[in-house]
Amino acid sequence: MDIRLDAIGHSYGDVEVMRDISLDIPSGKIVCLVGPSGCGKSTLLRFIGGLEKPTTGQVLQMGAPSEDCLNPLTYVFQDFALLPWRTVRGNVSLVLEDHPMSSTRRESIVDDVLSRTRLTDFGAALPKQLSGGMKQRVAIARALAVRPAVMLMDEPLSALDSQTRELLMDDLIALWTRTPFTAVYVTHNLAEAVRLGHVVVVLSRRPGQIREILHLDKPLEERGFGDPDLDRQQRHLWTLMRDEARAADAELLDV
Amino acid sequence: MSERDAPSTVPFRGGGFTTRPYRWVGFAVFALLLVFAEVGTRIGFISPLTLPRPSDVLGTFRDLYASGMLWTHLAPSLTRLCVGALLGAGAGIATGVLIGLFSYVRAGLSPVVAALFPIPKIALLPLFVIWFGIDEGSKYALIAFGTFTPTVVATYGAVDNVDRTLIRMGQSFGLSWISIVRKIVLPGAMPGILSGLRISLAIAIILLVAAEMLGAEHGIGAYILEAGALFDLERLFAGVVILSLLGVLLSFSIGLLERRVLRWRS
Repeated sequence: MDIRLDAIGHSYGDVEVMRDISLDIPSGKIVCLVGPSGCGKSTLLRFIGGLEKPTTGQVLQMGAPSEDCLNPLTYVFQDFALLPWRTVRGNVSLVLEDHPMSSTRRESIVDDVLSRTRLTDFGAALPKQLSGGMKQRVAIARALAVRPAVMLMDEPLSALDSQTRELLMDDLIALWTRTPFTAVYVTHNLAEAVRLGHVVVVLSRRPGQIREILHLDKPLEERGFGDPDLDRQQRHLWTLMRDEARAADAELLDV
Repeated sequence: MSERDAPSTVPFRGGGFTTRPYRWVGFAVFALLLVFAEVGTRIGFISPLTLPRPSDVLGTFRDLYASGMLWTHLAPSLTRLCVGALLGAGAGIATGVLIGLFSYVRAGLSPVVAALFPIPKIALLPLFVIWFGIDEGSKYALIAFGTFTPTVVATYGAVDNVDRTLIRMGQSFGLSWISIVRKIVLPGAMPGILSGLRISLAIAIILLVAAEMLGAEHGIGAYILEAGALFDLERLFAGVVILSLLGVLLSFSIGLLERRVLRWRS
């Protein structure tokens, strides 16, 4: 299933925050959205998943999601959004409980996603016992459990320290290499964008518009820490964004 | 090397401002107060008219227990407390959750609750006697009404405080409305509801005495009021101690419940 954004525009009252964004999200690819703070990248992600409605334009699903998909558009949040009163297993099975299936089937799905995210030994732990990186792994496992057609990742690594971020990027690449998934990945971190994105979409500052679309052809599994190619791309992205980021930083917040 | 350059330890200034559990201090303060009252009344610098001797109060209490009257008074009081508090807290939690979930209910009921909250419920006792009869009905109603309002306010505050990101997560995974309420909103509101219950149950004990002012033959409240009318300070204090113990017991059991239900909190 592909996603097409068709001339999305949005305003809060008189303030126009987004203008004429059209974009195709091809299946099996990771599309990274980068831009200065306040450019509306997280808002755009909420439009794609149907948590908010744009003022103009529409989000289209091209084709039907596959049969066994339980929740086509599935989020991974920056703040993990785990239920603190449920164990790791409980948090994953939460999203399966509303779907009719036998309990053995549910258990086997939970087992499968926990082993894919290397969390098998932590099934009985409560979120408060886990580090930030582990919590985000649980959130990723939970997202995988519903077999999403598109994963909507809202700054998933931004709340983590830089070492944990490296580890999780490797994990995401490994997950994608085993079974390619479609993802829209919002980040302000250009290093993440060039490591994980097949396509990097650069948004301008408010009102958010597409400034440039960068295609990175190097296979994900060949991209490593400190790769000179990626560094070059990252520098290019930064030159695109620097002035905007500075202007965005100096802006007064009035919304 | 001059004296100014000599190494010196950095002074520690990070102490204080943290609470530590010193359980025995509470008991020590209690014991000290009791000893003070006992010694004072025995020596005579506290007149027996102003304060009964703690040992006499204990004696009264023992008589009460030995004669079997303790249970005669305690049983109806506990029944009133249980029925009244259960009705009030139950209705209060239900109303609070509805106010927390539905904007229309909130718009309609929160002013009503705000208007009911400051009414001294004791003043309404005659009204309840007319409405629900002089028997148990009016007593249940007074206690229920008194626990209802604080429970409502605590509950809808707790529902409001449930982490919105968790609710958004539930919606984004396509969870049904009832699942979101049952699995996200209610457990998330539980800490606030329980701490509200602490206050409501203390109010229930206060109102128990008020409820037994009219048309109660037995009951701790009736016992205290009768002793008060006769200026029988030993019996008055014996009754007050029972209520106080009841309060400690209730607060302790809510503490246990919190530890069980809220184990997930750090």
